[in-house]
Amino acid sequence: MLPETLENDAVGTALTHAFPGAIVEVKQEVDGPVFYIDPAQLVSVCIYLKEELNFEQLAGVTAVDWWPAVPRFEVVYLLHSYSDNRRARLMLRVAEGEEVDSLCGVWRGANWYEREVFDLFGIPFRNHPNLERIMMPADWEGHPLRKDYPVHGHKYSYQDE
Amino acid sequence: MREDEARVASLDPEHELAVEDPSRSEYIGAAPSSTARRMTLNMGPQHPSTHGVLRVVLELDGETIISARPEIGFLHTGIEKEFEVKKYAQGTTLTDRVDYLSNLNNNLCYALAVERLLTLEVPPKAQYMRVMLCELQRVSSHLVWLGTHALDIGAMSVYFYCMREREEILKIFEMFSGQRMMTSYIRIGGLALEPPRGWERRVRAVIERLAAGIDEYYNLLANNPIWCNRTKGVGGLPLDLMFDLGVTGPFLRAAGIKRDARKDNPFSSYHHFDFEIPTRTGNDVYSRFEVRMEEMRQSVKIVRQAADGMPEGAWKADAPHVVLPDREKMKTQMESLIYHFKIVTEGFRVPAGTVYQTVESPRGELGYYIVSDGTAKPHRVYMRTPSFGNLQALGAMLEGVLIADSIAAMGSMDFVLGDVDR
Repeated sequence: MLPETLENDAVGTALTHAFPGAIVEVKQEVDGPVFYIDPAQLVSVCIYLKEELNFEQLAGVTAVDWWPAVPRFEVVYLLHSYSDNRRARLMLRVAEGEEVDSLCGVWRGANWYEREVFDLFGIPFRNHPNLERIMMPADWEGHPLRKDYPVHGHKYSYQDE
Repeated sequence: MREDEARVASLDPEHELAVEDPSRSEYIGAAPSSTARRMTLNMGPQHPSTHGVLRVVLELDGETIISARPEIGFLHTGIEKEFEVKKYAQGTTLTDRVDYLSNLNNNLCYALAVERLLTLEVPPKAQYMRVMLCELQRVSSHLVWLGTHALDIGAMSVYFYCMREREEILKIFEMFSGQRMMTSYIRIGGLALEPPRGWERRVRAVIERLAAGIDEYYNLLANNPIWCNRTKGVGGLPLDLMFDLGVTGPFLRAAGIKRDARKDNPFSSYHHFDFEIPTRTGNDVYSRFEVRMEEMRQSVKIVRQAADGMPEGAWKADAPHVVLPDREKMKTQMESLIYHFKIVTEGFRVPAGTVYQTVESPRGELGYYIVSDGTAKPHRVYMRTPSFGNLQALGAMLEGVLIADSIAAMGSMDFVLGDVDR
């Protein structure tokens, strides 16, 4: 349920009416509320947001690694409504290796953003048309933005020779 | 040689020489005779008109592009990872290096995001200075775009004029910060240094020159029949696809969408300024050219207003635990010395929380998503860069376009590969 402070929040109230139980948790941040969504209902929630609440654009998708906490990842969706000049932020909590539904069917632009998250965090997306690495070379090992991935170092060191 | 063969093949559909030689089939494309004319062409990663290391794999039928697949990542430098091991103040220098044509806009976005987490209020003079410098940056970025875009299409002299004017703007940045490009001038809590003596005279001289110059360059191109033929009606994209693919900025405004973060979510006192958001409805390369030219005029207007109405007072926030003290105070006052030492060694702690702050960069919506865990280093910094979203539309835009038009279409997107790959 929504906290009382959010009763006037249009996105939050519309979502709770349309999808009772989809919002797992709400956090109030300095720039507005953040909705944690049940991963099973992500796609239907996003279709609703795009069709009914005019969120025409998916401005970005990213993830946050909270290693060693469990579940490990948070996937962040930044939505932007041009007609209502409004922004919304959706979050998912995802465990290591758990698949997330791809949003490519809702916003085509999710393609590259999800590839980036896959490449840099190793979070797989279900039903993604082309889930390949985008930033790193295709034969790269590991996912650089994970917290247990070193910041410095060389894979092939001349000192080993 | 192979191109010639494809050209011959396109003239004569029965010509199937290419298919008979199996060693060539990988270049010519698929084997069936109906697709014998197809050719796969690599544009890049070092092609001069891609303005950076971008590779576009083009599937051609004669001179028509059937599909274009941009491949990125050649300039990936792990900046987001680097943020996580740097203190907040040190992160400012990384933001310069993302979009190397609009460094100050990146500085500003990062500073605003962190200030929002810190709930730090910046004095009016710093806000006006930020606006003024960011608008100068917008003009300089658009000048680089205009020059290189025109150069790609074959207009040589515009490039020299644009670079000449840009040089004057870079000299202003050097005057303010000591650096021409990687200025890091906008810091968390204000500015890096006190604005130099005599800045006003220099800025006014440059904007007077720009105001005349912009019209001149506009006339140079807009009255040029070759330019008009090569840009009008080229590079369109359906509006819903633009939204879908994440296109923002002048690209979107040239399709009639009047959205600009400076007006919609005013930051850094932009609401004090009187300016227009130019839009066109042509949705082609020429409209984007017009929108950006008009944006330059509006930027000059904003710079003039900022110079006229520059408030007096402090140029950095009164927050001793965040903002470095003046050099003089640091050397004479014990307390300032302690703060200085603490900020430099430990940094400052930022309250736990997340924020997504957007500004209008010359290329579109630039956003910094910062996750703080309450320590002196960010837990995660995500940069929503405008070039990444815009470039994603390249494939859709080039479908069915002639290969010669692809250069004009790509140039009109104004992407910076540093901004794409981060």
